[in-house]
Amino acid sequence: MPPTSSSAIRTVADEPPKRLSASGSAAPAVEAHELVKTYPGRRGAPPVRALSGAGFTVPAGTVFGLLGPNGAGKSTTVRILTTLTSPDGGRASVAGYDVRRQAGRVRRAIGVVTQKSGVDPEATGRENLVLQAYLHGLTGRAARSRVSELLDQFDLAAPADRLARTYSGGMLRRLDVAIGLVHRPAVLFLDEPTTGLDPQARSAMWAEISRLTTEGLTILLTTHYLEEADRLAARVALIEGGRIVVEGSPDGLKSELRGDALELELAGELDDSGGPGPAAVTRLRERLLALDAVHEVRVVGRRLHARVADGAGTLPAVFAAVGGTGLAVSSATVARPSLDDVYLRYVGHRFTADTGAGTGTAREAGR
Amino acid sequence: MTAELTATPAPEASFGTQFGAVLMRHLRLLGRQPAYLSISLMQAVIWLPLFGSLFRHVADVPGFDGGRSYLGYLTPGVVAMTALFTSGWAGMGFIQDMEGGVMDRLLTSPARRGALVAGPIAYQAVMITIQTVIIVVLGWALGTHFRSGPAGALVLLVAAVLLAAFISGLSITLALLVRNEESLIAASQFIVLPLTFLSSAMMPRDLLPGWIATVARYNPVDWAITAGREALGADPDWTAAGWRLGALAALAVATGALAARAFRTYQRSL
Repeated sequence: MPPTSSSAIRTVADEPPKRLSASGSAAPAVEAHELVKTYPGRRGAPPVRALSGAGFTVPAGTVFGLLGPNGAGKSTTVRILTTLTSPDGGRASVAGYDVRRQAGRVRRAIGVVTQKSGVDPEATGRENLVLQAYLHGLTGRAARSRVSELLDQFDLAAPADRLARTYSGGMLRRLDVAIGLVHRPAVLFLDEPTTGLDPQARSAMWAEISRLTTEGLTILLTTHYLEEADRLAARVALIEGGRIVVEGSPDGLKSELRGDALELELAGELDDSGGPGPAAVTRLRERLLALDAVHEVRVVGRRLHARVADGAGTLPAVFAAVGGTGLAVSSATVARPSLDDVYLRYVGHRFTADTGAGTGTAREAGR
Repeated sequence: MTAELTATPAPEASFGTQFGAVLMRHLRLLGRQPAYLSISLMQAVIWLPLFGSLFRHVADVPGFDGGRSYLGYLTPGVVAMTALFTSGWAGMGFIQDMEGGVMDRLLTSPARRGALVAGPIAYQAVMITIQTVIIVVLGWALGTHFRSGPAGALVLLVAAVLLAAFISGLSITLALLVRNEESLIAASQFIVLPLTFLSSAMMPRDLLPGWIATVARYNPVDWAITAGREALGADPDWTAAGWRLGALAALAVATGALAARAFRTYQRSL
């Protein structure tokens, strides 16, 4: 067997972890089964069920994206997998170790970047890194050289000896990731690594995360940015209401939708609600669905969403069909299916609407 | 680049390594907050002359048996008070770490819970050592005679350190249980002030009202004061001082262990 990155990573452990997969391939880096977690309600409020049977598998050496709106159970999942808290039900293993019974082993094998920065603001960047190195048993010269290496890698060498409270949001986030990597973990957890960052810092962080994956690290990333999951993750799991709704590669999930997303803005005789009247909508749907290439027609206000086998090629026929109902098209967009479309299909509503943002460019404004 | 990942992993960190790293974090902070340091030292300087002149006439009360000078009598009391008032806030740093993400970071690292508790307690011990030295030197400068010499002062110092460790452990446990600043402040006040005044810090036990004298007998703060006072006297009863130090040490270990356990309760809330 060639020395795969996963088997190399596992030297972090003192003994080979138990193989959990029956397939005979390398054991997955993270396995979660039927995780259940309920928090007691505050002041007489009913208990809050954060997770109700979430389960997924992260193959070693890949980036896995856990995508869902706020309150879906992403952070709770990360807290369980990083040994911060225990599940009420189900089981999970990380780097081959059980998160409940072998919490100490798990902690030595993981790096964690939590949503709230774990940086001590009253210490310098370098001191923050050195503290983490010592906690992991990396001391003296070995610690100093590893810390310098990380400061260079994350472009923090210049401010290394300044107090971290003077750092910008992007610098703090980079320092957080560097802290998570001090001991060369097998699995890195990134809980919403770009939330609150400006677009420039966000793309810098994306570049950094992509670079890490080429080094064979397993990364579990939570995000409520569709674009982030799409861009970084080899596999994504959509989480909603404490359950995994669907899991797969972004491309695989999108291709299951068979076809392009077509969006039309309608013009012509519109009623008070700003869209065509109910009778017109019925006629429009009939005419469009009569076309072989068109399926799934929805009309929301003056916008029409449809799934079309060959978007560009079918446009003329679509225009003709719309024209036949007495309406006109003021604009048309054809797009390859996005993760948002996947979300719509499995959860029943748009992701962006769910996170309190509008449509279109509001994807960036998920928070 | 797999080479980077296949590098020999670091050996498991020893308790000492982790403890040292956590202690260093706190000591460094002390150096960076000169205002905090000087206020802490100031309270050591102010209380002895202040209470010394306020209660000067206690020494004239019939039945006062604290030697000739009230200041000499008061010195161990002020040391204990200072230990209480400083270490009562030991849990505050934990609350700040919880409010940021530092606590999560520490708890997901292999840091032993014992090291996370022992580091801040040791830092409190360093603080009270500095403060005790200042108070004793000041007492001496104001004309107090410590008749048993350096040995007596050393016992007082040990008593102060053990008391500070006990109170820090309590404060840290509370911080992990209540998890917010307001509750911790209220709880600290509720504990620190009564413990100070239900003791022989200002007044000999014989002069205290009956029930207070009884309570004082079981008050660990009074153990530290009595041990220190005994050791500084003309004819120290080392046995009496010794068992009180032993009891304080046992309490300090117990609250330290309690604090390490309290992480479980805290993590259940996460």
